[in-house]
Amino acid sequence: MTSPLHRDDVAHVAKLARLSLSEEELALYTDQLGQILEHANDMSTLQLDDVIPTAHPFGLINVVRDDSVRESLDRDVVLAMAPDAEDGRFAVPRIMGEAP
Amino acid sequence: MKTAEQIALDVRSGASTAQRELDASLAAIHARNDELNVFLYVDEDGARAAAKDVDDKVARGESVGPLAGVPVAIKDNMCQVGVPTTCSSRILEGWRPPYSATVITRLLAAGAVPVGKTNLDEFAMGSSTENSAFGPTRNPLDPSRVPGGSSGGSAAAVAADMTPIALGSDTGGSIRQPAALCGLIGVKPSYGLVSRYGLIAFASSLDQIGPFSKTVTDAAILLEAIAGHDPMDSTSLPEPAPMLSAHVNDGVVGKRIALVRELIDGADPDVVASVTRAVEVLKDAGATILELSIPELQLGLSAYYLIAPAEASSNLARYDGVRFGLRVDGEDVEAMNTATRTAGFGAEVKRRIMLGTYALSAGYFDAYYGQALKVRTQMIDAFKRAYAQADLLIGATAPSVAFPFGSKTSNPMAMYLSDVFTIPTNLAGEAAISVPFGAGEAGLPTGVQLLGPGRSEAQLFAAARVLEREERGS
Repeated sequence: MTSPLHRDDVAHVAKLARLSLSEEELALYTDQLGQILEHANDMSTLQLDDVIPTAHPFGLINVVRDDSVRESLDRDVVLAMAPDAEDGRFAVPRIMGEAP
Repeated sequence: MKTAEQIALDVRSGASTAQRELDASLAAIHARNDELNVFLYVDEDGARAAAKDVDDKVARGESVGPLAGVPVAIKDNMCQVGVPTTCSSRILEGWRPPYSATVITRLLAAGAVPVGKTNLDEFAMGSSTENSAFGPTRNPLDPSRVPGGSSGGSAAAVAADMTPIALGSDTGGSIRQPAALCGLIGVKPSYGLVSRYGLIAFASSLDQIGPFSKTVTDAAILLEAIAGHDPMDSTSLPEPAPMLSAHVNDGVVGKRIALVRELIDGADPDVVASVTRAVEVLKDAGATILELSIPELQLGLSAYYLIAPAEASSNLARYDGVRFGLRVDGEDVEAMNTATRTAGFGAEVKRRIMLGTYALSAGYFDAYYGQALKVRTQMIDAFKRAYAQADLLIGATAPSVAFPFGSKTSNPMAMYLSDVFTIPTNLAGEAAISVPFGAGEAGLPTGVQLLGPGRSEAQLFAAARVLEREERGS
């Protein structure tokens, strides 16, 4: 059976996942992910149209707490963990391109 | 080494002190940690303060908890305030959490002394602890072999007598499989029994924290201390911790225990022999034995390796170089995110992130993730039918004894098969325990797995205790 996965698929997925892969890694992952998906093909022939999917063992329900003020983490403590912070905020490289 | 039960008794009675017990634990760690690579961080100062606190309370005549003065090893994917927490990943190297996991808070309230953070497969993804960014952990019983994984460091800590008990987390077998490979008790509690608050998420619908120990009673005492509702985890079961240690000697008279064909198929003959002998022991102890086939279990591996990576790809999106952990600079935000994640994650984590991203991506969602969720429903229904006929199920924990380093690292599917018998319990949100029983190749321990429905921990411990009494004679 041929791999259900192509090199371009893996390159696309890597971009979505914000990962940069070398040519060797692309080839290796195409092969390995293909094998895993091939194993998963034992599920594809099952007739499961009427089965309700389970995303969570007990079925999640909304859990709400009382709307009361509680102490939370101090802003300075949280910002101290950041690679870069400025004026009480997280700092990141530019998000937008230069103005034309 | 003394059991946790004995240490707590001695500390409470004044026959020993928490500080003396801690010294013994630290000496054992210092003696073998360089060789075995069990602890990534030993929190000597924090442990000494916690031990002194217990001793001061005893001296003042105050009540101390059921784990008074007991050193505990913590898998390094649980947050402890101020203590480096890495998930064995470069992306979290040097990070110190600003808060503690509920299990840590409860351990301290029970008088336990957390001594440090143990090695794991990066982000708990693996079955051998070879995927750690900080080097593999060696199996104390045979240092040329893996301890199992992903909680290999916690298993090795107990197997090497560094601590009598340890915490691990089990997403697809990550407590039970290393317990089997290191000759220990390992428990995957019912989903929701133990709070996941402060457990760094891998696959949130499957993850569960649980104990490692050398005795059934120690596992029960530890689980009692950490279990019970926690308002900080919205998936936590509503009731308080169940009584467990009081029931370990309940036995199995009249219990229906089913040997499940799919839970031994493909296991090495010496592993199967151990399971067969365990069944005989339980029968002699008064259980009614039956045999069942649950064909749905064979689909567990396929469903798991889509569901767990899908959840992981979402959970690990938070490692973006913005709020904590590693940042590798880039000219804009996307380049920075990509450079950070590329440098920070290891090969197996990248593999699973990509697999999960693919399974969730447009055009493939229904065929892969959607189908896996339906298989999950079928698995839950199949277990329900089985538990209408039997109180507990029995099979192997892992297909083989501890394997040599490097023997499965080049083939991900071969490594994934290490968890083929443990995965179904996670998908169903149920409970299971691995009990060291018998031996296989090179005299290494084999693990027998007992499975039960949600909230069946007391019955599981009672059955495990029957096997333990047979093995240890006490």
